[in-house]
Amino acid sequence: MSIDIETVRKVANLARLDLKEEELEILSSQMADIVDFVNQLAELDTENVEPYIHTVSETPMREDKKGETLEREKALMNAPEREKGFFVVPRIVEI
Amino acid sequence: MFITMKYEPVIGLEIHVQMDTETKMFCSCPVEFGNEPNTNVCPVCLGMPGSLPVINKRAVEYAIRASLALNCKVHEKSIFARKNYFYPDLPKGYQISQYEMPLATNGYIEIEGKNGRKKVRIRRLHIEEDAGKNIHEGDKSFVDLNRAGTPLMEIVTEPDIRSAEEARIFLETLRNIMRYTGVSKADMEKGQLRCDINVSVKPVDSEEFGTRVEIKNVNSFRFVQKAIEYEVERQINIIESGGKVEQETRTFDPSTGKTYTMRRKEEAEDYRYFPDPDLLPLIVKREWIEEIKKNMPELPHQRFERLMREYGLGEYEAKVLTNIKELGDFFEEAVKHYNEPKGIVNWLINDLQGLLRDKGIPIEESPVKPEHLGELVKLIKEGTISSKIGKEVIKEMVETGKSPSTIVEEKGLKQIADESAIEGIVKEVLEKFPAEVERFKNGEEKLIGFFVGQVMKATKGKANPKIVNSLIRKLTGVS
Ligand SMILES: [Zn+2]
Repeated sequence: MSIDIETVRKVANLARLDLKEEELEILSSQMADIVDFVNQLAELDTENVEPYIHTVSETPMREDKKGETLEREKALMNAPEREKGFFVVPRIVEI
Repeated sequence: MFITMKYEPVIGLEIHVQMDTETKMFCSCPVEFGNEPNTNVCPVCLGMPGSLPVINKRAVEYAIRASLALNCKVHEKSIFARKNYFYPDLPKGYQISQYEMPLATNGYIEIEGKNGRKKVRIRRLHIEEDAGKNIHEGDKSFVDLNRAGTPLMEIVTEPDIRSAEEARIFLETLRNIMRYTGVSKADMEKGQLRCDINVSVKPVDSEEFGTRVEIKNVNSFRFVQKAIEYEVERQINIIESGGKVEQETRTFDPSTGKTYTMRRKEEAEDYRYFPDPDLLPLIVKREWIEEIKKNMPELPHQRFERLMREYGLGEYEAKVLTNIKELGDFFEEAVKHYNEPKGIVNWLINDLQGLLRDKGIPIEESPVKPEHLGELVKLIKEGTISSKIGKEVIKEMVETGKSPSTIVEEKGLKQIADESAIEGIVKEVLEKFPAEVERFKNGEEKLIGFFVGQVMKATKGKANPKIVNSLIRKLTGVS
C-alpha cells in the first residue's frame, strides 16, 4: 500500500499539523507501513465473529444531579490568553 | 404560468433540541443560562486529559420519550461516536455524537399543511452534546464553555417538506411536541431549538431531486420560512437562466433576507467519525422503553381533539389553546372553577391574551389567575355585570391582580337588575324623546337600540339589558 503526499497533506491539515516538505515524504512512507501493519488484521476470517461493539457490556449511567464544578481560576489556569473570565483566541472566522 | 409554479421545492430539516435537564450530557455540571462565563465547567466538559464522560440517564430518558412521541423505533443498542473537527468552542477537538447506530430511527409526525394533513417522516434521532459559545470582538474571540456539553437531540427529517410554509408548520408542530413531552423548552429565540435546512428544487413532474444546498443555523420560525422562500427563488432563477445549482453550505442574513455562500462542497468538513472508545454501547432495555411509553404525557394532537370533544370548542379555539401549551393549561384550570368553556375561551383568547400581549406578559405569569377568569365569566353569565362592564373589569384585573368580584364591589359596577329602579330611568328616557317614541310605535323597530343605548348611558352601562328591553316594549306598548 502506498500513500501519496496529497493524502498526507490532507490528513495533516485535518489534524492542524504544519509539516515541512521533507516531513511529508517521510510520513507518507511511514503511514503506508502503519496501514500495511494494521491491514494484517484483514487477513483473518471474521465471517462468523461479532464486531467488538456487540459485547454484553453497556455504558453506565448517572442520575441527573448537580455535582462539583471547577473554580474558574483553575479552569482558565492553562489558557494562553484570557480576559474577564473568558478564554481568548484570535478572532474566529466563520467557515 | 408563473415560472415558480413549474418547480417544486424539496426540503429536509435537521433540528437540534436542547434537553431540559439539570446537568450536562456527560458530566454533572449544571445546565444554566446567564451565569458568569466559564463557571459551569469541569475537567470533562473542558476536555482535560484523563477525564471520562458518564451518561446522564435523564437525558437518555428524554431522548427516548421524544423518539416515541415522534413515532420512531427506539433501538435497544446505540453507539456514541466522535465527530472530529477543530473549533475553539469545542475543547476536546471532537463532539460526542451518534453516527452509525443512533438511538432512534424511522418515525414521522403529522402536520396540518395547506392541502390538509400530511406525514413528514423522521429519518433519525440521536443524542449529542452542545458546544460552547463565542463572542467576537475586535481581533479576538471570547470563549465561554458553560454551554459545552449541554444535552442535545439531533432530529433529521426525510426530504418530505414541499414549501417554506410547510417547513414552518413542521417546526411549530415539533416545538409543541417537545414542550408537551417536557423534554425541552424548545424556544428558538433562546437557541433551545435550532434548525439547519436542506433545500433543492425540481420540476413539478419530475421524480428526481435537484442539487441540494444547506442553510445553517436559522434561528426563528419566520426566518426559516423567509430563508427557504429566498433560496427556492434563487435556485429557480439559476436553473431558468441555464445555470447549475452548486452543492454548498449557505447562511441566512435576516437583515437582507438573503442567503450567502459559507462553504463550498470541496471545502466540506471531513469529520472522521469513529466509535468513542470512552463510552460503551448505550443499552436501553425494552421494559424501560415501555415504561416511558406508558407514562407519556398528552401530546398536542391528542389535546387538540380532546378540547373539541370534552369542551365542545371549535377548531380555531382548540388550535390556539393547543399551540400555546400554557394557554391551554390556563383554560382548563379556569373551566375547573366555573364550567362555562365557551365563555371562558372567548374571554381568554379575545380579551385577556390581548391585554397581556400589550404588556409583554406571558400567560404563565398572568396577574389574572385562572379561577378569577372563571369568576368573571360567572358574574356575566349570572347577570351580575354586563359583558360591557366585564371588559372594564378584566382590564382592571390585569392591572391590579384583584378578583373580579372585589373590583365590581369596590367600583360599584353591579348591574341594576331591580325592575322598579330601571323603570324610572326608562320612563325618563321615553319622555325625553317623544318624536322617537312616535316613530318606534309606527314600526321603526331599530329605534329600540337607540332607547337601550340611552338607558345604558344614564346608568353607566349597569342596567340589565334584557330588563331594559322588555320595559321599553311594555311602556311603549310595542310588542
Ligand atoms: Zn462539566
